[in-house]
Order: sequence, then C-alpha cells, then structure tokens
Amino acid sequence: MFAVVQFPGSNDDRDMRFAMKSVLGAPCELVWHKALELPPDTRAVLLPGGFSYGDYLRCGAMARFSPIMAAVRRFAEAGGLVLGTCNGFQVLCEAGLLPGALLRNQQLHFVCDFVHVRIERSDTPFTSRARKGAVLRLPIKHGEGAYYVRPAELAKLEAAGQVVLRYCDAEGRRSTDANPNGSVGDVAGVCNARGNVFGLMPHPEHAVEAAIGGLDGLQLLGSLLDAVRSLSAGQRVLA
Amino acid sequence: MRHRTDPVVDHALAREHGLSDEEWQRVLSILGRTPTFPELGIFSVMWSEHCSYKSSKNCLRTLPTQGEHVLQGPGENAGAVAIGDGLAVIFKIESHNHPSYIEPRQGAATGVGGILRDIFTMGARPIASLDSLRFGPLDDPKQRYLLRGVVDGIGGYGNAVGVATVGGEAQFHPCYRGNILVNAFNLGVVEADRIFLANAGGIGNPVIYAGSKTGRDGIHGASLLASAEFDDTTQNKRPTVQVGDPFTEKCLIEACLEAMRTDAIIGIQDMGAAGLTCSSFEMASRAGTGIEMDLDRVPQRETQMTPYELLLSESQERMLLVTRVGAEDRVREIFERWELDVAVVGRVTGDGRMRVRWHGETVVDIPVDPVAESAPVYDRPRQEPAELRARQQLDLSKIEPEADPLGALEALLDTPNLGSKAWIWRQYDQLVQGNTIVGPGGDAALVRVKREDGTPTRKALALAVDCNPRWCWLDPHAGTVAAVAESARNVSCTGARPLALTNCLNFGNPEKPEIMWQLAEAIRGLGDAARALGTPVISGNVSLYNETAGRPIYPTPTIAMVGLLEPWDRFAVSHFLKEGLAIVLLGETTEELGGSEWLALRRGLEAGLPPRVDLEHELRLQQVLQQGVAQGLLLSAHDVSDGGLALSLAECTFAGPRGLRVGAAVTLPGGLRTEALLFGESTGRVVASTQDAKALLALALREGVPARVVGETGGDELRIARDSGEVLIAVAVARLHEIWSRALPRRLEES
Repeated sequence: MFAVVQFPGSNDDRDMRFAMKSVLGAPCELVWHKALELPPDTRAVLLPGGFSYGDYLRCGAMARFSPIMAAVRRFAEAGGLVLGTCNGFQVLCEAGLLPGALLRNQQLHFVCDFVHVRIERSDTPFTSRARKGAVLRLPIKHGEGAYYVRPAELAKLEAAGQVVLRYCDAEGRRSTDANPNGSVGDVAGVCNARGNVFGLMPHPEHAVEAAIGGLDGLQLLGSLLDAVRSLSAGQRVLA
Repeated sequence: MRHRTDPVVDHALAREHGLSDEEWQRVLSILGRTPTFPELGIFSVMWSEHCSYKSSKNCLRTLPTQGEHVLQGPGENAGAVAIGDGLAVIFKIESHNHPSYIEPRQGAATGVGGILRDIFTMGARPIASLDSLRFGPLDDPKQRYLLRGVVDGIGGYGNAVGVATVGGEAQFHPCYRGNILVNAFNLGVVEADRIFLANAGGIGNPVIYAGSKTGRDGIHGASLLASAEFDDTTQNKRPTVQVGDPFTEKCLIEACLEAMRTDAIIGIQDMGAAGLTCSSFEMASRAGTGIEMDLDRVPQRETQMTPYELLLSESQERMLLVTRVGAEDRVREIFERWELDVAVVGRVTGDGRMRVRWHGETVVDIPVDPVAESAPVYDRPRQEPAELRARQQLDLSKIEPEADPLGALEALLDTPNLGSKAWIWRQYDQLVQGNTIVGPGGDAALVRVKREDGTPTRKALALAVDCNPRWCWLDPHAGTVAAVAESARNVSCTGARPLALTNCLNFGNPEKPEIMWQLAEAIRGLGDAARALGTPVISGNVSLYNETAGRPIYPTPTIAMVGLLEPWDRFAVSHFLKEGLAIVLLGETTEELGGSEWLALRRGLEAGLPPRVDLEHELRLQQVLQQGVAQGLLLSAHDVSDGGLALSLAECTFAGPRGLRVGAAVTLPGGLRTEALLFGESTGRVVASTQDAKALLALALREGVPARVVGETGGDELRIARDSGEVLIAVAVARLHEIWSRALPRRLEES
C-alpha cells in the first residue's frame, strides 16, 4: 500500500492518490498527519505538494514536527521507500531526511510552468523506468524551489550519485535559461545516501494523463510502483 | 443597552454611517425607537449599496435567470447549473476593486478567498478560478506596484488554497488609474442533490460559528469602502481592508465539505461582507425565522472587542452553520480536527427577530425581514451622457490609412493589452487538482470534471471571461451584448456548449444620471444577449462607485461564461498545431474600426460605434464550432477580437512559451481598407484550422455561416497578402513572438 501523508494545507494529496490509484492501479490511501504509525501494510510513503501549515515560518518547517513524521523517519531509516514532491521535498529537507534546503526562487516570485529535467541516475527505485540521460517534461509550481547546498557539499552529493534529476532544456542540455528557480547545480531532485528517500520539486503526479500534463510523470511514479512490487510479500524495506 | 464606549446615536451619526435622511427615518419607524449603536451599524451595512443592490435591483429583475439546467439562480451565495449524471456546477464572479486599490496584495487575496467561500458554502469543491483585472497604464509606477501586488495576492491565496487559476484577462487603460478592477471568479463541482443553502431553518436548532477568530479588521469594508467613491482620504480607509489566511481557508474547505457529507447541516453561510451580521440576517430571513445569539461565545482574536465591532468585523475565513439539534458534537469534532475554532453561538427562534446578547445584556433586538428584505430600492434618474453622440461619430474617410501594416501589428503585439499575459499567469498554480486540459492563454480554459471521490468523468467545463470596456463606453448596450457574445464564442471555440453566465457589473457612481443610464443600458444588453444565446444569468455582483475624484471608470460589465464539453476527448486549442493545415475564416469582415485597438493606438482615437453583433449568427457559429470539434474537423479555433484578424492570426502561430511555433500564409479577399481588413474588430469571426477544409466548409454552409479557406499553416513566417497579390505583412513568427512575449516583462522587470 502507498501511504500519502495528508498535512493540513496539503494540496496535491488527492492528486497523488489519483495518480497511484486511478492511473497506476496501485492501492493508495491518505494518512492523516496526526497518526502515530503508518498503516501496517505501507510499502512506500508519499509526501505530497501543497502548503503544509500555510508554509508559515518556512516551507515544511512545521510539518516536520507532525506526529506522523516520527513514523516516516523510522520507516526511512529502516530502508523504506519515501518520495517527497514539492512541499514534500521541503518537508524531507527540513526533517533532515534529505540534504540541503529549498530557498526562495531566484526571480522571487512563484512560478508555474512545464520544465524539462534530465535523469542523472536510472538505478534508483524512483527512476528505473527511465534511462540515464532521458529528458522528462514535468510541471513545477512553487515559490521556494531553489535547491541549495554549499558548493563542497554539492560536489559530495554529485560524487555519491545523489543528484537524481537536473533541470535542462528539451534536448537535455543544462543552461541558466533552463533552470527555472536558481537551484545550485541545476538540481531538481536528490536522494539520500542510501537511495531510498527521494525528493524533487517537479510534480510527477500532474503528468500522468496524455491530455492533462502528459505522461512523463509515470516514469517516476511507475518506477516506484515497480520497486514496491519487487518487494516480497510482507517485506517493507529495501534489502 | 448602551456600551460605555458607544457614541450617542443620532441623525448625524447615521449620516456618517452612510444612511440617507430617508433611510434614517425608515430605521426609526421600523424600530419605533432610536437604534443602539450596534443596531445602527447593522442597518448601515445591510442597506449599503454593496449588500442591498438598492440602485441596481430594479434593472437586475429584468434579467433571464431561468433555464432547463438552472438549479439555482441569483439570490443565494452563487448560482448552480446541472451538467448531467447527477452533477452540478456552482459559480460566480465578484469584485474586490476598492480594497485592491488600497492594499493590492490583501485586497486581491481576500477577493479570491471570498469568492471561494461563496462556492464551497453551497457544498461544492472549488476547482477552477479566473480573474479579470484592469489597471491604469504601466508607465505609471503606481500601476506597476498595483499589478505586482494584485498578482501576488491572487497567487498567494489561490496557490496555497489549492485551487487552480486557469485563465482570466488583464487590460490597461487610463480610466482605471485611480480605481483598478479586480474581479474574481470561481467554479465548484457538487452532487446536484447535495447543494446547501443559506437557510436558518428549524426552531431550536443550534447556530454554530466556525473558522478563524473574529478580529477588528475589515469593519465597514462593505458599507464605507465598497459603497462610496474614492477621494484623497482614500488611504485612510486601509483599516477597512481585511487580511486573508489561505491556510485557514484550505482547512475550512476540507472541514466544511466533510461536515456536509454528514446529515448534520441544515444551512450554511459564509461571513463575507458585513460579517456575522449579514450572514445571520440572510439565513434567518430566507427561512422566515429569527436567531438569538450570544456574542460572548464568538471566538475572538483580541480582547475588549465591542458588540459593534464583533457584529461588523469582516475578518476572513469564517462560516455560520445551522445544524440539527444533537449534531453539535459531531460538527465540532470535524472542525477541531482541522484545527479551526468552532462554537455554538446561538439558536434559531420562531419570532422573526434578531436578538443579540453581550455580557448578559441585549444589545440588538430588531425584526429580521424589514432589515434583510425591505431594504430601500431606488429608481435613480438616468440620462444619456451629453457627449455620447459626439463620441460615436467616426468618419472613416478622415482617418489616415495605415501605411505600415507590419509596424502596426508589432506595435499592437507590444501593448500590455494585447501582449502575452504569461508574466501574470505563470505566478498562478494552473494545475492543482489535476484537471487542467487547457490553461491560461487560450480562448477559454478547459477543465475536466472529477467526482468528489476522485473518479474522473468525460465531462469538461470551458470557462471564459470577457469585456471590452471601450465598446461599453461608446455604447453600453452594444458593448455588453458583445461581451456576452464573445465569452460564448470563446467557450464554443473549445467545442463546448455555453450553459450559463455570471457577471460583475463595474460602474461609477449611480447617483449620477449618466452612470445610472450606462448601468441600465448594460443590464438591458446583458439580458438581450443572454436570452438570445440561451445562457441564463445565474449569479453576479454589482460594483458601483468606481470613481476617484469624480472621474468614473469606463462601464465594465465583466461576463464569465461556462460551457460543457462532453465527451472531452475531442477539443480544439487556439493555436495551430502543425504544418499543412487549411486555415478557414468563419464569419465576415466588414469595414468596422469604431472602438478598435488600432484606432486607439495608431490614431489616438476612442470613437465610433462598436462593431455590430448578430446574435443569430453567433448561435449558428456556435453550432459550427461544436459540431466541427465533435466531428474531429476542427483542430484549432481562435476568436477574432481585440486587434482584429492580423492579431488573431499572429496568436495562432504562437503555441505557448515553450511550444512549437507554426507559421502561416494567408490571402485575404475583398476591397476593404487595409486597417479594417487586418485590424478591424468585426464580431462573430473565428480563425480555424483543419485537415478537411471541404467538410468544414460544408458544415458551415449547412449552418449558414460564411466560411472560406484563407491559407495554410507552415513555414516559420506569418505572411498576409491580398488576393490581388499585394503582400501586407511578411515577418518571422519568432520575431512577433518575441515582441508579444516581452510586452509585459519589459515593462515590469526592467523598472
């Protein structure tokens, strides 16, 4: 079962469930943020986009203290698969489950648009359906999406293969124009060292129908589904 | 009954509260005594122009509001239309003009918040917003500040609350310099048998307050801010602007929709204009009941608030509910889970009176009906403006011909009115809820309908908002007819069938006979067009006193049209999709330059009569568009409006900021003067592209719509020639696209 955490202020929770359940046909339920435990049959946790707690104080800063986050942390530390999109990515960074932080967009205002991202690694549970170097067209919609880590740390992340997605143009080339928010290293998505927690600013759940956003989001969400299906019955974590 | 800090109520104080002498006398006769200070406040807001529609009511009564699909017409929070299979849509447009001028970010944000509450109050989940914005020219730094603030406010609220902003319009004209317009539209989807009304039924039922705490913000927003002209003291009215909290609104949406899925709720109303007062009076009045309320139980943001303040506060994100006896705890549990304040503040009574207690004392005791329903109605004098006839004169023989058609096209594309609005809508979440088939930038937005449980349907809604204020200034009746026709045409361009409309009538001070005449003429035009096109007026809002220092805005009756496309697997976009398609022009071009953008920009003239609208032709054209899409003939369809045919053709070659651009070669017939041919704004025209021109022309012929193949898509140029061979325009699409794309950013980012 896929568990979509519902914080007060989550907006894309139902859309994520729609993508997993109605489009991919996977069991998927919303889990209230006050829950102390994840449902026992949870195989992956999805932290959706939105404005948890209004994004007051700082994006994701309050949601990380929600009771469910302790359970998400235990799940992640045991190797469980966790995906955070947009606000979910911000929550994972605030919770220390992913490195770095998301800052105000370089142009200072919210941006909603379709962007291109390049798959930097296809050997993760989140990208296995794509090939390395493939370009996906996905929407972004955020005001605080500029990924930041110090240069030395970025080099370490790159060396460790933790940069999974980068902004690029339609041909897969990196450029300032193709970077929509001023993220360092054109980073659009990163994973933790172990590779079981992944966060990205683009919204794969809004690119799961041909006429509504295109199908490229399925490459990411479908990969996660494959990874979950490859777990043997009763197993909740990666080996 | 008098609180120690309350002033003495007398005739002079009533006048300060905006009550006329006659209205004051009416208050005295209703009560048989002098009102208390809170009571005076109640009369003042309930009888304000904003809440009572006292100047427009007589005219509005003439509008067509019924139709086979209409479930709820004007009079509730919003109108409702059935869309089949047990589903309905609820929609409305509303103004937040004065607050947005005084405090653009909060003014616009609370405009969005207010219209959302009108929708979910009725049980619908809000799924799509539009915004119709008008400012003064952008060379004025104040207008740039206002535009930035308004866009930030709309985005800041709409994005956080999780409702997609899928379209809208923005125009710039000196008449809005001192009085910008911010009209916000929202649409929600509901099961047709689960629509909730603002009804305080059932004597003894509890009255429950839910949402944000009440503070001192927005007191007299409706009466003093929205119902009076602006002058140099305007900035002092800043405290009348409310402050929005989209996070609370998001929680309130979820909590209300959850509570509505139980059987607990009898009636529900949001606290908008005039807050607790208006909501409780309207609920009691509709049910023919009374309410007794204890102000001490109202959740309060600050201490020491007086009854006057508690009753008149326009603090945002608050709802008033009437539930079944015994259901209080269940409702309380839902709102508390969403971390919202909730309190039983009173009971429904059977005596038709509003009784409000505070600290054990009765501070308000007045009959409901005379306040809510017997508000004054004025038949204000009307007079055609003396200079109207002169304004309408335009002798084309004296207008110098356009010597540089390409230069004119480029100049038009570079105006903020006709340039790309992507700078604005890129700041809005256009996608949340995952239903946006066509977002901003096209003729109409197209949004797929899902059921509340997430099941997708084959239904999609087409949404468009339109008005040409210059045309309305030249002829308010014809201009309003044209706005209705254009909005219906835009909706039809997707392939959808127009169902019904909502409107926001933005006008100046109705106490001036010329303004009242404009308003009456516009409403007459609205009724005529809505009847002819079979699109009833199911909701709306009137915003008057839009003037500063005696200078009124142009009459701006904004029309938002909603259409249904089913199944939506076939739809038309507004731009050319590929090379090698035949370009078909539907409708006829005549020599009409009155009120055109070309005339204003290139000749500095706002004059003439607006183009004629043939509503019978519009209906036939709609048939061609709907059938053309259904039969798979139409791949694109784009309405010809501001800037004329040349501008429409240019837009057809632009496929969004990052899309492919497809050029076109067009040959136009006829002996019309160049500027009429290229830039004239004759109505009832659509530029379509098709793979099967023969079938499309046959369809048009059957329906009696003039149609001809005028060219073909392809190449990277836009080329427009006369059939004599004379080339009028030949230019790289990339160049036009660059000019069009930069029209707003170059003015807003490089300053």
